Amino acid sequence: MQDATALKGQPLSSPSPVQRFFESTFVSVLIYAIVIGLICYGSYAGAQNMGYNWQWHRVPQYLYSFTDDGFQLGEIFYGLGTTIVLSLTSFLLATLIGLIIALLRLSGLVIGSAVAVGFLEFVRNIPLLVLLYLFYYVLGPIFKFDRYTASVLTLAVFHSALISEILRAGINAVPKGQWEASKSIGMSSGQSYRYIILPQSVRFMLPPMTGEVVHLIKSSAIVSVIAVAELTTIGRNIISDTFMSFEIWFTVALVYMAVTLILSIGVSHLEKKYIVDQ
Amino acid sequence: MNQQTPIIEVANIDKFYGNFHALKDVDLTVRQGEKVVICGPSGSGKSTLIRCFNGLEWHNSGRIVIDEIEVHQNAKRIRELRQEVGMVFQQFNLFPHLTVLENLTIGPMKVRKIAQAQAEETARGYLDRVHIPEQADKYPAQLSGGQQQRVAIARSLCMEPRIMLFDEPTSALDPEMINEVLDVMVELAETGMTMVVVTHEMGFARKVADTMVFMEEGRIVEVSPPNKFFTDPDSDRCRLFLNQILEH
Repeated sequence: MQDATALKGQPLSSPSPVQRFFESTFVSVLIYAIVIGLICYGSYAGAQNMGYNWQWHRVPQYLYSFTDDGFQLGEIFYGLGTTIVLSLTSFLLATLIGLIIALLRLSGLVIGSAVAVGFLEFVRNIPLLVLLYLFYYVLGPIFKFDRYTASVLTLAVFHSALISEILRAGINAVPKGQWEASKSIGMSSGQSYRYIILPQSVRFMLPPMTGEVVHLIKSSAIVSVIAVAELTTIGRNIISDTFMSFEIWFTVALVYMAVTLILSIGVSHLEKKYIVDQ
Repeated sequence: MNQQTPIIEVANIDKFYGNFHALKDVDLTVRQGEKVVICGPSGSGKSTLIRCFNGLEWHNSGRIVIDEIEVHQNAKRIRELRQEVGMVFQQFNLFPHLTVLENLTIGPMKVRKIAQAQAEETARGYLDRVHIPEQADKYPAQLSGGQQQRVAIARSLCMEPRIMLFDEPTSALDPEMINEVLDVMVELAETGMTMVVVTHEMGFARKVADTMVFMEEGRIVEVSPPNKFFTDPDSDRCRLFLNQILEH
């Protein structure tokens, strides 16, 4: 090791040629392409080996079609429509339940936190599938609701647990001084939440909430086990008609990905806008 | 002076944080229009005391009566009381998601149910009084510390309080901004507002205080008029404290 004065004024050691080679954009993209290519080739070769008959040309009719009536969306988009409506309804309900649970926990009332913690532990420790069966096969007949309602309730209850934690963390992230300032001008707790605390916590909640919506859209696929006609169920139905399992599952996966990616990109734009506004 | 009716009466209050005895048997009377400056070393209970006046902290025993309302953990009553008692914080605590004007109008509009137009007119009047009428449409983060604190004072005044509490209003400010805030406070004092100020700004204290209070370890050690307080305080501890902070 040289002493510090000898090192002074010398440029920092530059990366070795090998390091530079692997860090260049061209090489990175190349390596990435090779890896993806290998995976695709491997799947294709594997499918060939088992004698799979690829029929990609039959897929578009399930996405869209041109008939005498003009352009029409295919079955897959109807399934997607149901998935989106189902997810949105569940998300709104989950947020409502989550907010109530979060406020109960923050209320400082012993009963309130006991109820909230009990609910959280109950929901967190039951698998989503079991919760769905519970709503569909047990509560459904008792309270006379259909499979769609059972699905919405299951997803809402399951995700309300995490959402309540996100809301609680967001509320707690607002500095204590904001509470004191709003109280000192005579606001009630409700007014403080509504006008001062919640608007400021949105900024903290937006990123994890987006993750939660993406998670919810993906877990909505589980309701296909009780045959609610959403994207996954539609995919399964098409396959039982056509036996194109590889093509259809790839297509369904891509549709889910497209939706969640658009959502994430949209929210990150929103987030930037929101931060600039402040 | 001091012949008027008491507006704040504190009698034998004690306050604990767990085992820590934060306020020990504190008595204090503030009369209408009186300016009280509370000083003392950090941790002596100054902030805790004035935060008990508007229920941001609760005393464990004793009585606090403000404007004939006893401070009590009754949600509705304490909200009414808080409308009469403005508070200015060390860290300003402006609402960062609202513009300056909205910071000033949200209290009157939501709590006092005053119409927007009227609330804005009042707010602009107070912004004028704190000398920053041109900042109405900015967000707090776009203002300097001194400007933010003046907005915070205006925000409290918009509620038309009868008493103003200041909790170390200049401690978080850069030195060159302290005077602009103190000037506003002096002007406010001249309007006859009842003020209780926790501060180490002894120049300000000499200028406006009717009564000086010195606290140490949760006790009020000395209560005297400024001319006696600064020249011949009764307690040695107070003398020592003054020497320490006035030497610089």
